[in-house]
Amino acid sequence: MDSLDPVILARIQFAANMTFHILFPTISISMGWVLLFFKTRFGATGKPHWMDAYQFWVKIFALTFALGVVSGITMSFQFGTNWPGFMTTVGNVAGPLLAYEVLTAFFLEATMLGIMLFGRGRVSERVHTLATLLVALGTTASAFWILALNSWMHTPAGFEMVRGQAHVTSWLQVIFNPSFPYRLTHMLIASGLTVGFLLAGISAFRWLRNDRSEDVRASLKVGIWVAAVLIPLQILVGDLHGLNTMEHQPAKIAAMEGIWQTQRGAPAVLFGIPDATTRTNRYEIAIPRLASLYLKHDLDAEIQGIDAFGDKHPPVGPVFWAFRVMVGTGLLMLAVSWCSAWFLRRNHALPTWLLRTLIGMTFSGWLALLAGWYVTEIGRQPWLVHGVLTAAQAASGVVPAHIALTLAMYLTLYAALLVAYVKVVFFLAAKAGSQRSPAAEPAGAAVAAGLGAGHA
Amino acid sequence: MLESLPDLTQPAGWLPLVFAVVMALAMLAYVVLDGYDLGVGILLRRADDGAQKDTMIASIGPFWDANETWLVLGVGVLLVAFPMAHGVILGALYLPVALMLAGLTLRGVAFDFRVKARADHKVLWDRAFYLGSLLAGWSQGYMLGGLITGFKDDVWNHLFSALIGFCLLAAYCLLGAGWLIMKTEGVLQRKAVRWAQGSLWLSALGIAAISLVTPLISHRIFEKWFGVPQLAMLFPIPVVTVALFVVIARSLRRLPVRLEQGNQYGVGVPFAGTIGIFLLSFYGLAYSLFPWLVIDRITLWSAASSPEALMVIFYGVVVVLPVIIGYTVFAYRVFWGKSTSLQY
Repeated sequence: MDSLDPVILARIQFAANMTFHILFPTISISMGWVLLFFKTRFGATGKPHWMDAYQFWVKIFALTFALGVVSGITMSFQFGTNWPGFMTTVGNVAGPLLAYEVLTAFFLEATMLGIMLFGRGRVSERVHTLATLLVALGTTASAFWILALNSWMHTPAGFEMVRGQAHVTSWLQVIFNPSFPYRLTHMLIASGLTVGFLLAGISAFRWLRNDRSEDVRASLKVGIWVAAVLIPLQILVGDLHGLNTMEHQPAKIAAMEGIWQTQRGAPAVLFGIPDATTRTNRYEIAIPRLASLYLKHDLDAEIQGIDAFGDKHPPVGPVFWAFRVMVGTGLLMLAVSWCSAWFLRRNHALPTWLLRTLIGMTFSGWLALLAGWYVTEIGRQPWLVHGVLTAAQAASGVVPAHIALTLAMYLTLYAALLVAYVKVVFFLAAKAGSQRSPAAEPAGAAVAAGLGAGHA
Repeated sequence: MLESLPDLTQPAGWLPLVFAVVMALAMLAYVVLDGYDLGVGILLRRADDGAQKDTMIASIGPFWDANETWLVLGVGVLLVAFPMAHGVILGALYLPVALMLAGLTLRGVAFDFRVKARADHKVLWDRAFYLGSLLAGWSQGYMLGGLITGFKDDVWNHLFSALIGFCLLAAYCLLGAGWLIMKTEGVLQRKAVRWAQGSLWLSALGIAAISLVTPLISHRIFEKWFGVPQLAMLFPIPVVTVALFVVIARSLRRLPVRLEQGNQYGVGVPFAGTIGIFLLSFYGLAYSLFPWLVIDRITLWSAASSPEALMVIFYGVVVVLPVIIGYTVFAYRVFWGKSTSLQY
């Protein structure tokens, strides 16, 4: 029964969980810092709209955080249930990195979240701000450790293989492996962009519903400026990350670019449909020599094609398409955020068509992010740890029917929760406007701020 | 019994032991802490109205997330310190683990969705909260059953595991009711006393079942408990457990009258007593299983990672775990006393 290939099933199940999980930390990592910004702006200026912004966005933060936590717990089990060979082969590397993530990040963010959400009035404002800071630090620390491990799986370093098991020779080289600085930066900026467009989109939605209080305006501005500043940085970092991949995982680059044959003066394929049977691109539109230029900075440089890697290369189609979706979304983000920033500077307001565009792009960060993850993760196949262990070698002996059954359960659950999440985010935005009575607004915030008298 | 213990002066000897203790303590912390959360979730269905449900959930709101993290630590230590056992145990428990994860997911997201979704959807999310807690608690009991029977794949063992599932639900309800007696007031508090009484005897049945079945399954465990001189030294465990049940039962009988008079004296007794029972049961179980991670198949030394990897994690645990315990205590102090409505 080819359709129930356990390795494919295990990969689909793991990919489904990762796809669902990563949506939420991506928001909470940067949202934590945005909330800290709102809180400290309120502390510095005393202007109540910063607190209003905090109180609106902390609700979305809490919801996002909860979804990230529960899907993250699933991950901690699936490392072992889906890929037992992973830990038995490279457990000496992966184990400590995962352990440090739990110890330094998970407990910190989870415990401080309780104080951040429910502690106002029970602890002093200073302790509450500290809790907010620690939550933001916790989410970022978590990204640090898990991306160190993920990067190591792409560009393993600092270890030696002894009797089929990886043993660490240098922890510094393990953590700061060749792709880690690029991947971490690329991911953190992606998180910032996702939150920028989320802030802008939801605020535009509220604005068009005539909810035009100061906090909505402030959130809109913060979102647009965050996006406008980060997107050019992201394009630059993405390019550097690509060059790094060129050096360490050339097969991934060949798949991204749709280059089947090794050649000098390789073209940049703008469009084409990769065909794995003929090993060519159908309907190809390409600019001659451009790929050689931007990958090797030389019009005649040789670029390795898929044919250079035997059977150890990723499937071209998914990587090729995902890469184009990511780049396309990025360029759209550039256009929309700069256009919005320009209107903000000149008119201090956005035209309706632009507000509608921003609403449409509320979750555009997710699209670019997932496309990017598919590029890098599918692009690593067939390896689980590049050059060390393939996914097939690490797969488990679990009955395929059990994997299929639980996969169906997870997919149903995740689809339902994703729909519920997006609907509730927009519902909260709609409710925030209808609940506000303009006169009570500053007073409410002031009372809340005055409740700082210490309890603990 | 393992004929001879490894040389405990060597890292390869003592490090696995230390991590087994850390894992056991993390699991114990999880069972007690998320146990009261799950118990409150299971009892949610018995609340009279929306206000009572809100109070019940408010009493666990600030804690659940951190409570659940102990599970991640426990499973994480199993994964990173005993990778060989992780694959075997979680492979054997594949389906109940998936059920538990679905339950924990439903319960965890319902915390937020129930207050943030449209008002007419709140009932739906409350139901998800209840079902999620039920599913998670039952599958954990089922897994415990499997751990005790060594994952034997026959009808009797599955039935036994299913029974342990229901008994663990009762024990979680007892813990949750004890928590509510401590953290709430008025009608809800008096209802919680009745809930605790209802779950007390099923909990006792579960502990009795495990205590009787475990020695029958394994001759080694039988000898560990009923040999001389162990019997004399172990004798206090069942005796104190029974005594704690009696103390809780008496306290639950007296509490209604006292609460009518507005006297909150002794509201912590059922909760503290239940924790005591959990501790003793856990100790008994750990004694039975030691040094096996999978009964009669995998010991904690045969499953352990390399000493150098364990050493790296050991430093982290030594430095960070006390800090974690420190700020956890701080968080509990911040929210000490009767729970108040949660808004932010």
